[in-house]
Amino acid sequence: MIQHPAILALSIASLLTCFMLVYAAGYGTRILEKWDLQSGSELQLELERRTYLISVILSYTLVFQILSLFLYIFTADNLHSQFTGAMCAAGSLAVNSYGYPVLILKIINCLLAGVWLIVNHVDTRGYDYPLIKTKYGLLNILAPLILLEAVLQFAYFLNLKADVITSCCGSLFSTDKRSIGGEIAGLPSGPMQQAFFGIMALTVVIGVVFYLTGKGGGIFSLFSSLTFVVAAASLVSFICLYFYELPSHHCPFCILQKEYGYVGYALYATLLGGAISGLGVGSLIPFSSHPSLSRVIPAIQRRLTLVTLVLYLLFTLIVTWRMLSTSFTLG
Amino acid sequence: MNSPLNRHTNILDFALSSLLRRKSKNLSLLVVYTLIVFVIASLIFFVQALKHEAAQTLAEAPDLVVQRMIAGRHDLIPATYGEQISAIRGVRSVTPRLWGYYYDQVFGANYTLLVPENGVVEPGSIMIGAGVARNQRIKIDDMLTLKTSRNAPLLLTVQGIYPSSSELISSDLIVLSAEDFQEMFHLPPGQFTDLAVTVANPREQVTVATKIAELFPDTRPILKSEMLRTYDSLFEWRGGMMVVILAVAVLSFIIFAWDKATGLSAEERKEIGILKSIGWETSDVLQLKFWEGIVISLTAFLVGVVLAYGHVFFFSAALFEHALKGWSVIYPQFRLIPVVDAYQLTVLFFLTVLPYTAATIIPAWLAATVPPDAAMRS
Amino acid sequence: MIELANVTKTFNADKHNQFTAVDDVSLTIEAGRLTILKGPSGSGKTTLMALIGCMARPSSGRIRLHGISTSFFSDADSGSALDITSLPERFLTEIRRTTFGFIFQQFNLVKGISALENIMLPAYPTGESQAAFRQRALELMELFSVSRHAASPVEWLSGGELQRVAIARALINNPTIIIADEPTAHLDSKLSREFMEMVGTLKARGKTILIASHDPLVYDSELAETVVGMRDGRITGITGAA
Repeated sequence: MIQHPAILALSIASLLTCFMLVYAAGYGTRILEKWDLQSGSELQLELERRTYLISVILSYTLVFQILSLFLYIFTADNLHSQFTGAMCAAGSLAVNSYGYPVLILKIINCLLAGVWLIVNHVDTRGYDYPLIKTKYGLLNILAPLILLEAVLQFAYFLNLKADVITSCCGSLFSTDKRSIGGEIAGLPSGPMQQAFFGIMALTVVIGVVFYLTGKGGGIFSLFSSLTFVVAAASLVSFICLYFYELPSHHCPFCILQKEYGYVGYALYATLLGGAISGLGVGSLIPFSSHPSLSRVIPAIQRRLTLVTLVLYLLFTLIVTWRMLSTSFTLG
Repeated sequence: MNSPLNRHTNILDFALSSLLRRKSKNLSLLVVYTLIVFVIASLIFFVQALKHEAAQTLAEAPDLVVQRMIAGRHDLIPATYGEQISAIRGVRSVTPRLWGYYYDQVFGANYTLLVPENGVVEPGSIMIGAGVARNQRIKIDDMLTLKTSRNAPLLLTVQGIYPSSSELISSDLIVLSAEDFQEMFHLPPGQFTDLAVTVANPREQVTVATKIAELFPDTRPILKSEMLRTYDSLFEWRGGMMVVILAVAVLSFIIFAWDKATGLSAEERKEIGILKSIGWETSDVLQLKFWEGIVISLTAFLVGVVLAYGHVFFFSAALFEHALKGWSVIYPQFRLIPVVDAYQLTVLFFLTVLPYTAATIIPAWLAATVPPDAAMRS
Repeated sequence: MIELANVTKTFNADKHNQFTAVDDVSLTIEAGRLTILKGPSGSGKTTLMALIGCMARPSSGRIRLHGISTSFFSDADSGSALDITSLPERFLTEIRRTTFGFIFQQFNLVKGISALENIMLPAYPTGESQAAFRQRALELMELFSVSRHAASPVEWLSGGELQRVAIARALINNPTIIIADEPTAHLDSKLSREFMEMVGTLKARGKTILIASHDPLVYDSELAETVVGMRDGRITGITGAA
């Protein structure tokens, strides 16, 4: 099983990312210990040069992470024919107990790497490296998570046994099963629709207010994260149904398939991008009073807010368009 | 107007001019890179096309095949089994099938013999696959002599030759009548190789299979989905072996790329020193290196993929079909049907561009962090 | 105006080959004037100019720039000078490319690309549109009468032409301060005089100019307003200070 080209590809990517991040985190720790901006010593100059390397590594890490998240789902989807009972990614991921944790870790790591890059970008705009401690502290959280992800991913691939009979989206996201997937799928679609459109509208209003007046950034960040969760749950609960035009097929992965015009990628990309910038807005709030950043942060926050609003609106637009254009209606 | 976009286009512009200035160095890198992409892409396309081909063939296969087993070996199944199986609820039809293999000592080739369901061939006539025709150098209306299991010659007239569009499975095929088949192997009538069962509701396939196994403990029902899986893992395994070998190739490529990237010429180092001294910042130089990498990677990727596409789908993967196909002397010389999708391209990207990029990060950074005053002290 | 207070630059600190290139230098360089750093090779002129030109950071001491404005700092806002002593490289570079123009001893032109491209190089990372700075570069080539070489690779140019291209490059981002390190070291007397004439033109345009040289043609020139003598990393004497 392990020789599948995609599994090899994912494993190589994981190894590379781990290697780079351990290296970066190692230097990050050194920077945390020895940093002294007032000094013009050679050690300090060397550390400052290292910060460039770490930024580059993290930028590539984010790109690798996002690609590998999608390749992972794609691969799980592609492998489904190998398992009895699997009809799409949902089934392949359920083959052993590592599949879903890896997926969730990949999403979390994407979000964290995105936030790190936002913090890093702001840090480089202040003339006294104002966020250096925060930044490398965050790196020390991210690195172990990426390592954990790699280990679990190896475990997942090693434990892929073709003779396992798995349960797929039909039962995993079936409304009458008592599992997390089932619970989400079982959320009543009527109230869920109201919740989704409600919180989306609220987030947009708060975002516009923040964009115009600069007030309520924290609330906006909070709501954008909430929207991410609600939208993800809505995907399972009712949005998918409109794409499949089936009243009981709740699978969040089948929409990534060709039959549905790969629309899933647009949905997930907009959602993930929106969440990263939304989180970015919040993560910058504690530093906005810092003298070297007082002018920089509000501008960046406004831009991030705009990105979140545009991406979330795009997501809503795709969903609404589908709900209106299909002849399918939920009873 | 000053804008980040301008900065990118300006630096990209300079990256292109730098690449062109160091033609020989970059050309050798590009050639090796393209070759790696080409080989891995050929492999991925090829395995995918084979899987597609097999899936296509299996699509016409019956939902369920019932074999009789004696002492753990496949044995002939009596037609009476079929009658009882058709009585099971949910079974739409049961077709007894006759098929087998024949080894031709003169040509040293293995043929697959098959009796069609609807009797398209009369006794004394056969239909053959393109591979058989090539191997035996015969055409329509020629005679083919097979030896029966009692060592008597059996003369058969070629009625038709299968087109070579999907040769992988049909290439070594000889289709003959039930009478000739029984004559060939001296089979008693009413005995068949296996039974093909179709089930009305796909969801009931497993139930039907269980019932058959209960009814006839000496039989083995095989589901179509199981066959698909076996095919898949077979190709996966064969492809996997190659991929492991290729992983070594990728590794050596990484070392090569690393070496190329760290082995900055004195000229290049001086140039970066000059750029730093006249106001380029470390991240500008990193940007420059990034664009250089992108240009090289994309060029190698595109050229490699296009070459691999031609290799696999127009030249039938001439370079490694021996390693991957070949369970028979009769070599399928078929054109694979092009199946390339975003998934394969992503996998390819992961196997080639990602390692290259990772290998060049640190060398690029080392080059970019030349102190700006270095140019003043030369 | 550039203000240096007790500036020291030490290399290989705490190692057996430690050496101090600039030792406790305090100096004020007036805006709009031509200042010459005079001294033998190894006297610390080049290091001092690298520190002033935001290429390196001092090991100790303070350097302040007056009357400059960048995207992250402007005099008008803070009402005080910009202390560049412990700025990160990113910011030093921004100051350097907006405020300083450099002319190097070896000219430091990039081989294999045209004279015009060489002149435009410092402007690439500023984010200005290429059309705008190409126009400026052509005007500068016109000014220094090297227009006919715009498309030629720099290897084809004579010593005097290289010198002009190097000066044009120093001016592409409209700097207020020009720094030249031993600009006449590789020029014969005729070309050296020509160079000083060009310096005169720049001074007339209001540029602050700082030249390190041990060439009498330079430091004895009537254009020289302040001459700072240096030896062993220390200032030995200042003549003609305002």
